Parts: sequence; C-alpha cells; structure tokens
Amino acid sequence: MIIALIKKEINLEIRRKAVISGLLIYLGCTVFISYMAFGFRVVDATSWSALFWITLLFTTVNTVAKSFIGEKKGEDIYFYSIVRPEEVIIAKVCYNFFLCSLLSLAGFVLFTVFLSNPIADLFLFLITILLTSLAFASSLTLLSGIAAKANNSNILMAVLSFPIIISILLLSIKITKNCIDGLARSVSYDELIILASINCLVAAISYLLFPYIWRS
Amino acid sequence: MNNTWWKYLSIILLFYSFIGGLLFSVPRLPIVNETIRGLYFHVPMWFTMVAMFGISFYNAIRYLRKPNGCLDTISVAYANAGLAFGILGILTGMVWANYTWGSPWHGDPKQNGAAISILVYFAYFVLRGSIENEEQKARLSAVYNIFAFVAMIPLIFIIPRMTSSMHPGNGGNPGFNMYDLDSRMRLVFYPACIGWILLGIWIASLRIRMKNVEEILLDNGK
Repeated sequence: MIIALIKKEINLEIRRKAVISGLLIYLGCTVFISYMAFGFRVVDATSWSALFWITLLFTTVNTVAKSFIGEKKGEDIYFYSIVRPEEVIIAKVCYNFFLCSLLSLAGFVLFTVFLSNPIADLFLFLITILLTSLAFASSLTLLSGIAAKANNSNILMAVLSFPIIISILLLSIKITKNCIDGLARSVSYDELIILASINCLVAAISYLLFPYIWRS
Repeated sequence: MNNTWWKYLSIILLFYSFIGGLLFSVPRLPIVNETIRGLYFHVPMWFTMVAMFGISFYNAIRYLRKPNGCLDTISVAYANAGLAFGILGILTGMVWANYTWGSPWHGDPKQNGAAISILVYFAYFVLRGSIENEEQKARLSAVYNIFAFVAMIPLIFIIPRMTSSMHPGNGGNPGFNMYDLDSRMRLVFYPACIGWILLGIWIASLRIRMKNVEEILLDNGK
C-alpha cells in the first residue's frame, strides 16, 4: 500500500511537470542571485556553507509545502476511506525525502558550477546532505499538513517550520564546516549521531501525530 | 481551588529567595564576583519555563487522546505562562551577560537555543490565531505543541552541551557544582525554583478560570 501511494505521488509529479521544473528554476535562480550578489567571484568557505544551507532551506520548505496544499477537498475524503493515515505519512515522507535529496544534490552541483566547491571530504558531505534531507522531509511533511489545514498556508508554513528546522540546520552547518576544513571523520561522528537521532525522533513524532491532523 | 496553602507557600518561598538571594553570603570567584547572585533569579526562570511547557505538553497529549475543550484551555494557559518565564529568563540573562561578558547578546549557544525555542512557541500562538474553527484550532495546536516541545529538547538540552560556550557550566567553565563549594547556594536556589514554579501554576490557573468565566458569559449572552 505504501509503495502504491509513493507511485501515486510520482505519477502526480510527472503529470504536473510545471511544479518540479518550477522548483528547479527557483533553486537555479537563488544560486545565481547569490553568485551575482557576491560580485561574480569565488566566495570563502564560511559564506559558501551559509549560502548553501539557506538556499536549501528555502527550496525544501517550498518543495514540501506543496505536498498537501496541492490536494483537492474531495481527494482527501476518498483517501481517508481507503488507506490508513500512517501509510499516507510514510509514503509522503519517503517521497519528500527523495525529492529533497534530489534538489539538494542539484543544488550542490549548481553551487559547484557557480560558486566553486570548497568541500574536502565529499563522501561525508553527501551523507550529511542525505541525513539533512531526511530530517527536513520528516519534520516538514507534518508541518505542511498542519499548515494546509489552517488557511493562510504559505506564511504559516514558514513561521511554523523555521524555528524547528534551525536545530537540524545548525548541526548540518557544523558538519559542513568540518568537511570544508577536511578534518578527520571521527571529529564529526558526534554530530552525525545526533543528526541521525534527531531524524528518528522527528520521524517517530510525525508518524504518531499525523493521524490526528488527518482526521478532520 | 479552595486549597490555597500552596499560594502562600509560593509567596513565602519567593520572599525568602529575594531576601536570601540578595543578602546571604556567596562564594567569591574571579570575574563573576557578586553577579553570582544572578543564579538565584535567572536559572529558576528556565526551570519554570520548562515546567510550564512540560505541563502544556502533557495536556496537549491528553487532549489528543480524549478531545475536551477544558484540556485545550489548560494547555494554552501553561504555554502562555511558560513563554512569559522564557522571556524573563532571557532578559535576566542579558542583564548578567552585560556585566560579565561585556555585552547583553553574546551569541552564546545557550542564548541562541533559548531564543529559538521561544520563537517556536510564538509560532504556536500564530498558528492558533490563524485558525477559525475552535475544534480544529485545539487539535492542530495540540499537535504543534507536542512537536514543538520535542524539537525544543535538542535546542536547550543537547546542542549547548556539545558546543563550546562561555556559559557557566559549559565548555570547561565552572558550573553550579563548582561554584557551590559548601552547598550554601542550594539553600536559596531550590526554594526559589519551587516558588517560581508554584507562581507559574498560579498565574496559569488564573488564566484558565478567566477563560472559563468568559465562556460562561458568552453562553449566557446567547
């Protein structure tokens, strides 16, 4: 059932190509703006990681925000009658994780092209990107569900998600700094473990709480 | 509410902590000096804030298990009180930092974590304000409350302990246990915490009663 739901999400996405291409262009524009704002030159490592994570934050919030906003009223009731809410949230989180990591990797490529690539430890950095995408996906999916039920979704989504995302973002920025400096991997283990455990915590909470949002 | 002994206890404990906190002798330490007395007034704010948010969190869980408007009122009242104590905690901390660190806002991990967790609860009230339907408001905000409390734990309890910090008790700086060579400070500190928590419960209970009276008045108005 979960796989069927993920397939449905992918199908919907392929049918509405405008949304995903819109997000990619959004990402591209943001990277290009940062490139131009820094005067067409290579930025230093600290600004690079700050720009990178801020760009990703805005892109992923926009990506995940549409996961419930796009749905029509009738669809909701139909799904309510055929699947369990737990299956819906797992499918949505999996799909959003896939989408977020895709966009993050695209963002990384764009940053490499326009703003250089200061990362010394690529493997660790990719793991960080994946873990952060998972954390973003699992926390933002629940919040977008809340925002979709309340009316003025877009602003509310940002207000609700930013303070909660910050703790994840701080850890990612810290690991990124270690990756840029090329420190030994053992230095970052603590942060990685905490990031992974925040992931588990947030995913578990989303799983437990989602049925209550969906009920209305 | 007929039992008022804990209200008297709260007042007595707070007066004791004001007098004791300002007059009792404290360990003399370099740099910190007399500002160590800030511990009696600043740290209890955080204890109370966490206690208030904890009660709010507990009532949010109870609400989701068994929806009942009363529980929602309790949850909001405690979140409100917790927010007030959080803001007081930041302000008292800023006064202390101004004299000890040289500037009120020092970008310390603990300061930032506390500021962010207060932002989270502001977002909670924004969420409540933007939903019309009472029942939906209660349920969605209970969900966000639980989420917010869980997200606050890494901010306040975990991340500051991992990063180097100038805050007493962190990053090799002496904490409470090292200041307090002969447990004299505990004699004032713990009563202060209990006093403030009781005061917080008192404030929240007044808000709950006000809200209930308002609802009764509204019902009669119809």
